[in-house]
Amino acid sequence: MTDTPLMTAIELYLTLGVAVFLLSLHGLMTLHDPIRRLIAVNLMGAGTFLVMVSLARRSEVPDPVLHALVVTGLVVAISATAFALRLIIAAHTEGGKQRDREDRNTEGGGKQPP
Amino acid sequence: MSAELLPDMTLTLLLLIMAWGALYAPQRSDAMALFIAFGVVVALIWARLDAPDLALAEAAIGAGLTGVLLMHAARALPDELHRSNRTATYWGALAFAVVASLMFLAHLLTDDSLLNAGLLDTDSDVTPSLRVLADANVADSGVSHPVTAVLLNFRAWDTLLELLVLLFALSGLRQLFPRESAPDDHATSRWPESLALMSAWARVLAPLLVVTGGYLLWRGSSAPGGAFQAGSLLAAAAVMLRLTGLLPALRWSSVWLRLSVVAGALFFLSVAAATAIWGDGWLTYPAAASGLLIVSIEIFATLSIAITLSLLVIGEWEDLRS
Repeated sequence: MTDTPLMTAIELYLTLGVAVFLLSLHGLMTLHDPIRRLIAVNLMGAGTFLVMVSLARRSEVPDPVLHALVVTGLVVAISATAFALRLIIAAHTEGGKQRDREDRNTEGGGKQPP
Repeated sequence: MSAELLPDMTLTLLLLIMAWGALYAPQRSDAMALFIAFGVVVALIWARLDAPDLALAEAAIGAGLTGVLLMHAARALPDELHRSNRTATYWGALAFAVVASLMFLAHLLTDDSLLNAGLLDTDSDVTPSLRVLADANVADSGVSHPVTAVLLNFRAWDTLLELLVLLFALSGLRQLFPRESAPDDHATSRWPESLALMSAWARVLAPLLVVTGGYLLWRGSSAPGGAFQAGSLLAAAAVMLRLTGLLPALRWSSVWLRLSVVAGALFFLSVAAATAIWGDGWLTYPAAASGLLIVSIEIFATLSIAITLSLLVIGEWEDLRS
């Protein structure tokens, strides 16, 4: 071995980014709760950002272009999350209303005299 | 392995535990709490990777506001949704994730072309050439902090479109609000008296957050900080005050609220149009005024980002009917 270290911090964080992305992808495929799925999507984004920021750190002075892209990405991520949450809630309340309506219909149908 | 790597190894391990917990913790509330902790660890990693801009933004947005958003929305969903959070287990997929990560690491350790490709002395990659351009032009951009120069001058398009994304998210949100439920005084009825400590803290923290936000906005031209960090801090202050009931409901019918929501995008667009009509081209600032223009765009953008983010997070309590 030469005197270069076996592993640098950048390699460690690059691998961590890939690992977090794949772990969350696994979560996205297996989980059923919509909130948890949303968390999984957010974690996948965090993994991607981690890869980008590690790549920005390859030179002595970090790359400002990648940092600016990640700042933009963070704000877009929270906008998407807020919208997705509202969609989840809307889908749930609509589904609940529909179930209620169906219940009421079957109830009324049963009580109706011939 | 050198001792230098110890903090990085610790953060790596912590992050993996947090990610696992945020996905698979038995209780959904635990999962959300671990997701917030995940954001904090990520902010620490950004600091470790010499990205203070990102550390600031992540701590405020990723850990703070997203956490509030999730917890706040999760109360509207019943528990049965997460009773069976895992009906099927795909151990094969999980094993694939682990093996793929390890193979990626092995590849990185044996072949360092990926790491060398980004260094400044090569011209083989796309990123370095952009980077060389950015580094060479920071002096002419009107601000001295490279990240701010990229965000608001070289790639001002991205930032303009990002403000539009925020606007679209908010308008999408407004479409989906339940029509019949009047958000009268939820804030006072839902929060128990035990939050006295929180409201006392909010009174102390909110002015500090406003001052810090203003400082970050002002320092953004020469040091880490800027419109996004400042805007998210102000949004955090507004959300905190609103949750403790110290701030009156934000009403969509107020013209000032609507104006401040669109102020950032409008001002940015008018600057772009003005430079296209009278200047050298779309979003090409005149060199003499670029510093002033960037700071004014940032001020309006901060206002818009702060108001839009607070509406995105606690919008369901506000009166958003027009």
